[in-house]
Amino acid sequence: MNRLIPSMARTTRIVVAGAILTTIAIGGTFLLDPYRNYQLATIAAIFCATAGLTLLVGLSGQLSLGHAALMAVGGYGYALANTVLTEAGIDGALRFVIGMMAGVVTAGGLGLLLGLAAARLQGPYLAGLTLAVVIALPAVTAVFSGVLGGDEGLQTAYDGVPTLLRTAIAVEQWQAWVSILVAGVVVTALAILARGRLGLHMRAVRDDEVAAGLNGVRAGRVKVAAFTWSAVAAGAGGAVLCFVTQSVSPGAYTLAFSLLLVVAVVVGGLGSIGGAAIGSALIVLLPWLIETAAGTLELPAGLEQRLAGNVAILVFGALLIMVAIAWPARLAGARRRTRTAPKPTGTIADATTTPRDPAVPDTGSAAPTRHGSPVPRGARPDDLVAPINAPDHKSVPADQIER
Amino acid sequence: MSGVVSVGFRGGALDIRDLTVGYGGEPVLHSVSFDLRPGEIVALLGANGAGKTTLLRAVARLVRVASGTIALDGADLGQVRTEDLARRGVALVPDGRSVVGELTVDENLRLAALWRHRGAARERAVNGIYEIFGSLARRRSSAGHQLSGGERQMLALGRALITEPTVLALDEPSLGLAPLIVAQVMGTLRETAASRGLTVLLAEQNVTSALSIADRGVVLNLGRVVADASAATLANDTHLRHAYLGF
Amino acid sequence: MDRLIFLLATGFARGAIFALFALSLVLIWRAARIVNFAQGAMALVATYAAFAVAGLTGSYWIGLAAGIITGAAMGLAVERGVMRFAPHDNPLSGVIVAIGLVMVLQSLLGIFFGQQHRPMSIPFDDSPIVVWGVPLLSPYDLFVLVVALAVMAGLSLLFTRTSLGLQLRASAFAPEVSRILGVRVTRMVTIGWMLSVAVAAFAAILLVPTELGLNPHSTDVLFLYAFTVAVVGGLDSTVGALVGGVIVGVTMTLVTGYLGATVAPIGVLVLLVAVLLMRPSGIFSMREVRSA
Repeated sequence: MNRLIPSMARTTRIVVAGAILTTIAIGGTFLLDPYRNYQLATIAAIFCATAGLTLLVGLSGQLSLGHAALMAVGGYGYALANTVLTEAGIDGALRFVIGMMAGVVTAGGLGLLLGLAAARLQGPYLAGLTLAVVIALPAVTAVFSGVLGGDEGLQTAYDGVPTLLRTAIAVEQWQAWVSILVAGVVVTALAILARGRLGLHMRAVRDDEVAAGLNGVRAGRVKVAAFTWSAVAAGAGGAVLCFVTQSVSPGAYTLAFSLLLVVAVVVGGLGSIGGAAIGSALIVLLPWLIETAAGTLELPAGLEQRLAGNVAILVFGALLIMVAIAWPARLAGARRRTRTAPKPTGTIADATTTPRDPAVPDTGSAAPTRHGSPVPRGARPDDLVAPINAPDHKSVPADQIER
Repeated sequence: MSGVVSVGFRGGALDIRDLTVGYGGEPVLHSVSFDLRPGEIVALLGANGAGKTTLLRAVARLVRVASGTIALDGADLGQVRTEDLARRGVALVPDGRSVVGELTVDENLRLAALWRHRGAARERAVNGIYEIFGSLARRRSSAGHQLSGGERQMLALGRALITEPTVLALDEPSLGLAPLIVAQVMGTLRETAASRGLTVLLAEQNVTSALSIADRGVVLNLGRVVADASAATLANDTHLRHAYLGF
Repeated sequence: MDRLIFLLATGFARGAIFALFALSLVLIWRAARIVNFAQGAMALVATYAAFAVAGLTGSYWIGLAAGIITGAAMGLAVERGVMRFAPHDNPLSGVIVAIGLVMVLQSLLGIFFGQQHRPMSIPFDDSPIVVWGVPLLSPYDLFVLVVALAVMAGLSLLFTRTSLGLQLRASAFAPEVSRILGVRVTRMVTIGWMLSVAVAAFAAILLVPTELGLNPHSTDVLFLYAFTVAVVGGLDSTVGALVGGVIVGVTMTLVTGYLGATVAPIGVLVLLVAVLLMRPSGIFSMREVRSA
């Protein structure tokens, strides 16, 4: 029984926190000028994708270099639905919602396929496969240019500010609202997933696939689920970005952009949703800041053209190397170091679906840890995203097994 | 055989002083001290997990030493890197899986001989090992992973001997071998050690066979030295045998 | 039919280069257990060096030599300066550091050389020789094929017949045992990187002028093809790289020849997915499970 209540409370807490943060962000749009609001809308859209990516890499240890392609698929799904609906005479909120659904479902479908492949692959192989997907994207749009519009991509109908608000806010602020709202819903859903059973299973599989398997966690299924949900989030981001820019094209979702998404989650700290938000802001704002700064220097036109874009990429690349080398704890989400790991506080039973007999001590926590031997790293709830609000293990022993 | 066997005293005193090794948490070895005199065979005994392998890895500089010293003929080995240790005359034979499975028997031997012998001398050294271990000569072109357990152990031993070391440290040479093969390996070890004046540190769980060729035995328990006595004394100490050696 | 023969012949020449580049990935994988995602970018820097030196001296051959030396130097610098410090307890850190390197190198190339395509000259004619009325390989394709096969033969001799090769192999298969036996394993890892990037540079310099064109992103696709080759062949297998190279080269040339160049990356993707799903350990690899 108390399996449900704490978890319900936990979910409620996440939803409340998500709602509060979303409201604050929407309120913040009143402080910004239209261009900043446009940037904020972009950041919020990218945040959907980076939150999905950080969940995937940080919790399940699968690295995707192709999340830009998943965003693009979300964008194309949105744009195609938008075109069909516009022709059918549907517009407004209904068109937007159906478009979003189309984007999310298409991206989730591709994510499911990639996840099926990912379930059989590890580390660099999955990275290479997802890299191939993003490199092949322009070819796919070119081959199916009749539907996807080739290099030009697709344009969508313009969604203005609803009549009710038309006098109060500019269109950029309205777009920022929509984008923030979508990000709020997507990220809250991801946070609930991360704190829930799927999150536990993902960490279990990441830390020790064999141990997780022995405790009834189906590694393959968990990996597929992780990749699919991550793709759904990226697809929502791509769809809402298409809403904001009213277009989607392969040129917007290059390999370079895909690698920037990786920069955002690594620099923000893998597995951390807050870090993903900061990372998303960084990859949008830093290039803009550098270009603004370069603009004031009055450089020769040739040089300025060469520096444009490249300086930011240079900085991001250097940052990525530095973080990976000098700050390996930021990658810790991908695999926790075993030597300094404290004794497991939770048990494998946390991750299994069936509650165990409380009379039987769980081997996960009872096993003596000998010198030098790796501490059992099964499904230990950890604090990567935030401390899990677990019931007090010491005072109620039965809870430890039954939670 | 000339060029491989050099008879007579060539040093080989290994002195282990207050050695403490830990992997971050609780130490695996607590202030372990004992020494090996030149030409002596010392059996390092103890149950699984007593710290035998860790001690050998510390000698080979494969694990970080928290405190204490390991000295060879009076010279501290503290700053010597693993790859230079062989050049100092210390050869480690890790447990039975240490044969490079992807390389042939010949290549395994040649690899060990690379820095020690050049040109024709290398061929002579390799052939010298084949004279000691006749069965290896017949399998010189076989890949390491095709060898039987006994052949692997002989190859590992031959690979260590080819560098003409003064100190030979072996980790569980009897592991996974049939009793007859164990006797054969131990016999070869005893003979070569005697003929070359080798100092041998032999970590073993197989107490009987280790003590059968050792001059002395050092018993480890949970990372501490609990006994250091002649092989005969240890073999007859029923209390010690029951408490730490399990027979 | 004539067209098929022509495409097959061209596919072999192209496949030889893919094989060469894939071989360079295999070399690093064996030496350091890293799939070097920066291999394309590093080879591209060497190609720019070859381009610049050839422009200055007016000699293709001096440019080629300079490019290969630059490649080896890049291997040295990256291994000693960056990769060595990547944490080894995390399989993703090598990939992430390599991605950082790609971004740094490509942006530097963009800053110094600009984003536009640069024309690179080649030392031989690029139009096919006609044999009995059937157009076959061009003299340049023939040169590429011969040189690529010669480099592969040379590498194979190096690895099987020399002491250096023995130490390189031993360090790759069993680093700890090799150290115990007195092999300077860290030096072998560095040499492996230098050798690998030099080979990759060579492959890129051969392929860029006729196929890719020189710009800061030209080798993205080459890396993808080579990665596919390595996956098809198995990252541990040199023979696999050779056969995989021919398979991918011929497939791509046929796809390009009959369906158009735009379809080629999709063809690679399909091939990659098919191999990964049907035989994740590669066609020539003995290992069952692929782990980083």
